[in-house]
Parts: sequence; C-alpha cells; structure tokens
Amino acid sequence: MTVQGAPASAYDMGHAVEAEAVATFAVLVDNEPGVLHRVVGLFAARGYNIESLTVAETDAAAHTSRITIVTRGTPHVLAQIEAQLQKLVSTRHVQNVTKDPNGAERELALVKVRGAGAKRVEALRLAEIFRAKVIDTTTASFIFEITGAPAKIDKFVGLMRPLGLVEVSRTGVLSIERGVETL
Amino acid sequence: MTAHSTIQAAKATAAAPPPEMMTGAQMVVRALVDQGVTDLFGYPGGAVLPIYDALFHEPRLRHVLARHEQGATHAAEGYARSTGKPGVVVVTSGPGATNAVTGIVDALMDSIPLIVITGQVPTHLIGTDAFQECDTVGITRSCTKHNYLVKDVADLPHVLHEAFAIATTGRPGPVVIDIPKDVQFASAPYVGPAQARAIHVYRPGVEGDGALIAAAARLIAGARRPLFYTGGGVINAGPAASAALRRLAALTGAPVTSTLMGLGAFAADDPAWLGMVGMHGTYEANNAMHDCDVMIAVGARFDDRVTGRLNAFSPGSKKIHIDIDPSSIGKIVPIDVGIVGDAAKVLEALIAACQSLVLDRSRLAPWWKAIDAWRARDCLRYRPSASIIKPQYAIQRLYELTKGRDVYITTEVGQHQMWAAQFYRFQEPNRWMTSGGLGTMGYGLPAAVGVQIAHPGSLVIDIAGDASVQMTMQEMSTAIQYDLPIKIFILNNEWMGMVRQWQQLLHGERYSHSYSASMPDFVKLAQAYGAVGLRAERPDELDDKIEEMIDTPLPVIFDCRVERAENCFPMIPSGKAHNEMILGEEAGDVGAAIGAAGRGLV
Repeated sequence: MTVQGAPASAYDMGHAVEAEAVATFAVLVDNEPGVLHRVVGLFAARGYNIESLTVAETDAAAHTSRITIVTRGTPHVLAQIEAQLQKLVSTRHVQNVTKDPNGAERELALVKVRGAGAKRVEALRLAEIFRAKVIDTTTASFIFEITGAPAKIDKFVGLMRPLGLVEVSRTGVLSIERGVETL
Repeated sequence: MTAHSTIQAAKATAAAPPPEMMTGAQMVVRALVDQGVTDLFGYPGGAVLPIYDALFHEPRLRHVLARHEQGATHAAEGYARSTGKPGVVVVTSGPGATNAVTGIVDALMDSIPLIVITGQVPTHLIGTDAFQECDTVGITRSCTKHNYLVKDVADLPHVLHEAFAIATTGRPGPVVIDIPKDVQFASAPYVGPAQARAIHVYRPGVEGDGALIAAAARLIAGARRPLFYTGGGVINAGPAASAALRRLAALTGAPVTSTLMGLGAFAADDPAWLGMVGMHGTYEANNAMHDCDVMIAVGARFDDRVTGRLNAFSPGSKKIHIDIDPSSIGKIVPIDVGIVGDAAKVLEALIAACQSLVLDRSRLAPWWKAIDAWRARDCLRYRPSASIIKPQYAIQRLYELTKGRDVYITTEVGQHQMWAAQFYRFQEPNRWMTSGGLGTMGYGLPAAVGVQIAHPGSLVIDIAGDASVQMTMQEMSTAIQYDLPIKIFILNNEWMGMVRQWQQLLHGERYSHSYSASMPDFVKLAQAYGAVGLRAERPDELDDKIEEMIDTPLPVIFDCRVERAENCFPMIPSGKAHNEMILGEEAGDVGAAIGAAGRGLV
C-alpha cells in the first residue's frame, strides 16, 4: 500500500466517503454563567458548524436552559457531536431531534421590506398568504413578523427579495417533540 | 408520627451539630482534608493569600512549593498517576493561572484527576483589567473537564466537593475552581462531603451492558487471531483493572499490546506481551494490530500515534471497545461492540462471560506462530558500540540495574521517552508517568517531584532528554527543599533528538534550530542546586555510575553522554500503515520510505 492519493491529514481519513446532512439538536443544560460558551466552544474547537443557535431559560425553578442547535455533518460527525455535548458536565440531556419524525420545528423572522406602488401591494398580499403579521409600517416600508418551519421562512424571504427586501432578522430554529413525550 | 419517632427525630436534631461558620479560605483547606488530601502543590500570590493563611494553620496538609506553576501541575499529575488519588494544585490569579494551563491541558489529554484552585481578583474588580486579572474560567473552559467561578461563599463547599467527584469519577480529568479573593475572606456555614448538594446532574455509567459483554465474549471465543489493545484507561481504573486484564488474557490465551499510557497494566515479562503499539511500537505489536481478527480495545482511544494511516488500520478485525467515555467509542475507528463502563468492572464481567463459553486455545496456534516469526525480527536491535554509549543501551542498563526495586519512572518527551517505553520493562501499573497526549517537554522532572512526595522511600527516576529537562529544570530546587532524592537520568545528545530525527528523515537533513549549541554543565548545575552531578561518557563506566546514582541519597542529575545521531526505530512514518514499519537496520531506505503526503503530517 502506498500513500499516493491519501488525504493530507491523518485525522479525517476514516469517514471521508459519508455524505453530510443537516441535523437539529435540542440540548437541556444547567443555566449557569458560561454554559453557552461551553457548547459553542465545543463546536469551535472540534471544527463543527453551527447553522443556527437559540438559547433561553426554560425552567427557572430547575435552572435549566434549552439550546437548539442546527448543524451539519456526516453521520459519524453528528454522532460525535451528540456524544461530546452529552459529555459536558453542564448538560442534562441531548437529543438529535432531526431523527424524530414527531419533531416540530419553528422559527420566527422579522422582515423589513422597502418600496412603493405595486410592489408594496404585492408584498402585503404575499404576507397575508404566509400569515405574516405587519408589526410596523411607514409610507415607504413594512416590517413583517412571520413564524413557521425554516423552509417556509426561506421561501417568504425569497419572495420578498424582488419586492424591496432590505433586512432580515431570524431567531434560529426551535424544536419540540409532538405528543406526550418530553426531552 | 408516633411518640417514639418524635423522640428519635428530636434526638437527631439535637445530635446534629450546628453548621460551622468559616471563611472561604478555611473552607478550601477543610474540604481538602475532608476529601482525604494530604499533599498539595502550589505557588502563593496576592489573590490566594487568604488560602495560604489558612494553610499555615492546617498541619494535616503538606504544601509543596514549586518553582513555577507548570511544575506544580506536573508534580500533581505525577502524584495522581502514581497513587490513583487526585492531585491538588493551588495557584494565584493571572500569571499563576496561565502558567498552570499547560499542566491542566496535559491532565485533560491523559485523563489525570486534578483539582486546581486558582485565586481571582475580588468580584467587584472582575472585568476591570485589574492587576493580575485574567479570565481564568474562560481560558480553562476548553482544557478542563469542568470549571467553576465561585461568586458566593455559600456555594463554595458544594463546589469543592462536587469538583472532587467530577475529577475522579467517569473519565478522570482536571477541574479548576476560580475563587475571588473577597469570597476567600467572606464567611458562611461549611458543609461536609456527605451533606454537600450536587450542583450538576453528573452520573457517569460504570457498569457495562450485559448483552454487549456477552456479544464481546462470543467474538473472543470465536476469534482465531485475537489481540488486546490496552491503554491508560486500564491504569486509571485502578489495580483491579490490571489484575482483571491479566486474568482475561491468560484465560483467552490472546496476546497483549498497549499504548504508551497503558504500559505496566500488563507485565512486560509475560510471554503474551508484545510490547508497545504505534509509531515507535514493536514490529510484532504493529503487525498483530494489522492482522488480528478480533481486537479488544480497553481504555485506549485510537490516537493517531497508535493507528497510523486510518484507512489501513487493522482492516480485517472485528473491534470491541471498552471505555468509560461514550464519546471515545467510534470517535476515530468504527466499532463493532462498544461497551461503556469502568475497565475493571467490564473486564470482570467479560471474564465471567468467557468462562461460560468454550475457549479452544489450540485454535490460536497459527496466530502465535505468526507472532513468533515477527518477534524473530528482533525489531529493537541496534548496533552496539564499545566506545560510545548508545541511548538504547543506557536504558537497558538502567532497567537491569533497577529491576526488582521499588522504582517509578517518569519521562520528558522525545526520543528518550520512546526508548524508555521500548527498553524499560514495566511489570506493574502506576509505575510509569509520561506525557502521552499533549507531549509536554518538561513534564518528567516535576512529575518525579510529585511521585517522590507520594512515595518517599521509592526510587524515582526521570528518564530525560537534554532539551526537555531544561524546560522545568528549576524544579530541582523543589526537590532539594523537600529532600526528594529524585534521579534525573539525561540521555544527552545535545540535540532535540526527535526534531533532529524528523528533519533528517523528512526535511532533507536541514537541521533547522534543533541543535543546542550551548549546553549547561549538568554536573555543575546539579552542584549549584545542592544536588549530586554524575557523568558517564563511555559504555564501560556506565554501570558503576548508575549504581552510584542509585546509592546516592540526594537528588542526582546524571549526564549520560550518548550517541548524538541515533534514531529511534522501529518507526511507522506518518501516513503509513502498521505493516509498513521502518526497522533500524533498514534505516538507509528511510528517505524513500516516506511519501510526500506523509511529510505533511505531524
């Protein structure tokens, strides 16, 4: 055997053939100073991507926060992410909710559209179809609030682009399991 | 409630002593005593003075004053590795904490339990760029198993006791507790280990899954070419794990190899021992890894120094991996049976499971025949010399002359470390202290200080290189202060030997900044510290000088002048497979043996 054609690093040779996929992790952590840094630092140090991240305290009595992370990786990398998140002392529970057909995912976005005339009317009409709320208006602009699965928001943002889209702010993905089960 | 139970409850309330009020500094000292700590390593400074004041009043704790905070952490690592107890370090804020970082990372990489208590500026000054302020928890977050900044003295006893639990259970590791100076002065009720509340939900699994253990036993029973690949986790799991490994190996008749960190878990004089595996492992161990059909990995983590080229790593084997850390299983290499648990408990369960199966040892005869053929290559052979001390010969003589004694070996990092691993034969666990994962030059001398503190009557030898040992040489002063008769056995070739070797083999013999053109006179240096300096320059004087070193009741620096251009073989070049080793006598082909891709690897 020779090294010809071998990748340049000894560390990624075993799993190079696997395809990448997007995954969403729900992580229940102790709400304490620095806990977000532990999670984010883990991703940075091990070279994992973060596509979106949301975090807030969800149970004040139990001092727990829920972090939802959307990431991308091969099945092997995703398994490592789950194991490494679980290894943090501050972590109570980790779940890869992508795998779960019962998972519900929602995101909220604020979308600012500037324009006048027919484009302005069309923007408002499309917003109604997407059940986006107008939360601010001037004679030259709207701010829409839209909630839904990330794909729906992507689609809305895409439609607004030719109609005068100037700014988007998104929360990142939230997830929860349908039915009686809990994290 | 019955009258009886009412009386009992009243009695219990009356019997419970009122909680003892004390300062944060006193809590630190009391918690250490309550956790069974007897020795700690540190260096005082402004932000830990209250703790040092409390130490002044505590005769049950012996504090060892290092000469640099890095030395304190390595000493604590040596102490921990040789005793199985956690090592404890106390350093001040700012530079005290940053100097300790190297030892903390070293402990994380090698899974060594450390409690590192760092002073911090008072809480109202945090974030103001105060004198000797640094973001200690920020800096150490990625290099500790866990860390704490304690802002309320009432939390301190709970944090201290939880820190010991986290450092010593599951996969061990370093825990940093950063305590601002005002918290050290503030008072609150102290809480002992039994009453302390858990701050985190932390429950590492130690019992292996029964069905997986049964599956592993069936794989072992059906194997024709089985191999145990053991690591530092077996040492960490305590002497019971080493004992269980020896029984299981005897029961199955399978050969055993080990990582650098696992040396001593299996006796080197056992016929089933193949020597170390990996980049500088033996020919028989690496070929056995490549050709085995069932690999039983115990407390080892498939490090790149062990696996070589991953897509050629042990291609035909079913792999069983026993590890306390779930994230280690399948991290590098796909695993067929992954068992999460404590090595001792899982190995015991595996013995029980194997005993209920029929193990036909005769099936392994062809495997042992292949192993004997590899052994016949005598891969550690080197060209002897009558005029120059060969470094391998120096380690061999050191081993022969210290064999059978109560001896502990530490090392620095480099060629000498690999020669020590190859030629010093360890029979028991906890006798070998080396920096495996991080590869920290300067580890061995302070680690020897820590080992000697834990084992005052034992022979403690740091097998060192001339470059590494100068990184923490100042800890000789510590050894003198505490009457620690450590022996610093320097294989002095005037080069950073491993760097020189790689430059020779991989960089066209361009020896860029790897030669130490100015070397201290190590004999005089020893004398300057108040230690004894010895020098050996010829093979015929080596034995007498080593005997003299062993018999000297003081610390010794032994300047062993060795062959300057010796290379460490066997060697799996980076990017090559286990069965593509270079042996010493083939050294002439070395340049051609390493491909272009291999040069890019570390």
